[in-house]
Amino acid sequence: MADDLKVFRTWSSPFALRIIWALQLKGLEYETIFEDLSQKSPLLLQYNPTYKKVPVLVHNGKPISESLVILEYIEETWNQNPLLPEDPYERAKARFWAKFVDEKLLQSVIDVLVTEGNKQEEAVPRAKENLKYIEEELKGNKFFGGATIGFTDIALGWTARWLPIIEEVTGIKLIEADTFPRISEWMQNFCDVPVIKANWPPYDKMVTKVQGTREKCLAPKGTN
Amino acid sequence: MAAGEGVKLIGYWASPYALRVEWALKLKGIEYEYIEEDLPNKSALLLQCNPVYKKLPVLIHDGKPVAESLLIIEYVDEVWKEKYPLLPRDPGERAKARFWAKFTDEKCVPAVMATFTSQGEEQEKHAKEAQENLKTLESGLEGKPFFGGETIGFVDISAAWIGIWAKIVGEIVNIKLVDEEKMPLLCAWLQGVLENPIIKDCLPPGEKLLEHNRGFHRMLTGAAST
Repeated sequence: MADDLKVFRTWSSPFALRIIWALQLKGLEYETIFEDLSQKSPLLLQYNPTYKKVPVLVHNGKPISESLVILEYIEETWNQNPLLPEDPYERAKARFWAKFVDEKLLQSVIDVLVTEGNKQEEAVPRAKENLKYIEEELKGNKFFGGATIGFTDIALGWTARWLPIIEEVTGIKLIEADTFPRISEWMQNFCDVPVIKANWPPYDKMVTKVQGTREKCLAPKGTN
Repeated sequence: MAAGEGVKLIGYWASPYALRVEWALKLKGIEYEYIEEDLPNKSALLLQCNPVYKKLPVLIHDGKPVAESLLIIEYVDEVWKEKYPLLPRDPGERAKARFWAKFTDEKCVPAVMATFTSQGEEQEKHAKEAQENLKTLESGLEGKPFFGGETIGFVDISAAWIGIWAKIVGEIVNIKLVDEEKMPLLCAWLQGVLENPIIKDCLPPGEKLLEHNRGFHRMLTGAAST
């Protein structure tokens, strides 16, 4: 029986992109259901009652949520094009860095986007410090996964598109080629991968959305 | 398996995260050397092994450090896969297990912590959230005695301490977070986990833990807690 795969996502969710990339890298067919988060579908609420968020992967009627949990599920269910290394220590490292992206890097980058003045001035070095850890960890490899992209690359992947957009919207340069040469090169290599190139949401639409997020967060309280 | 320096665990007696890892190691019958950190004076070893977070626990296996308690448990489960498997075999069940462990850390813990550190109306709000999250956690049991089914597994050792700790916080701030009436299954589960001799054996002394946390609370609120 062919696998029935559905992905609940929004057009702009970077977490949903992780799932799309993983499924396509493994050559899997799936149906996409785009959600309007201001009017969540009954199906989404049924499939993810705890968080009520995207992405959700539904495999033969069984839902899995939380993007890194979904990635592990995909990896364990379909063996082709492995995303995690075989060695347990290397796997632990890959997971560590993916977790670091979500628990440290992400918020520090968001902080730069949604603040201004002194608060933003304080946020920038924190984001750069987290990026520095990533820079060091790349250690001259093309990807975290080695010659091909893997689990950590997929977890970090949103930065390749979102960081330049955040830089454009805020006017703040986070990734200078001379201070972050490895990340700069990684971003280029990552974006060159066909599956990645094919799936970015439209650039201008993303800029508008990111701009909108910044404005909404900076608006004086009580206006929204 | 390569013979080498064996397994070391950098921990702290009151750390619930270190406790999880000890439970995993003990359930799997893995020999290890325990290194107690003299917090808040972090050792050079800890800082060298976990430069990114500078936190414990850290497992050092044949000289190689692994940080982040849930990742350590997964690592241990993969290396010693024949001994008392902690994660289920089925990918769907594994996904559920990872989901609930993550939920514990991302939702239950912050809400209980916020109840601990706040006061007044804000504290009431956080306490309500903590109770709701614990109730949601209870739903993950799906009517089974343990998250692992008939035996203790990954989620049980990841989440059990939140039951212990929520009770301690509840006692200190005088708000019932773990309510037998509202969460009967969760309470039964917690009792079941803590009855396991291996689990019980690792627990830090109850009174010492309570006093330790009272001390924190006094420091945080500047108030004399009863």
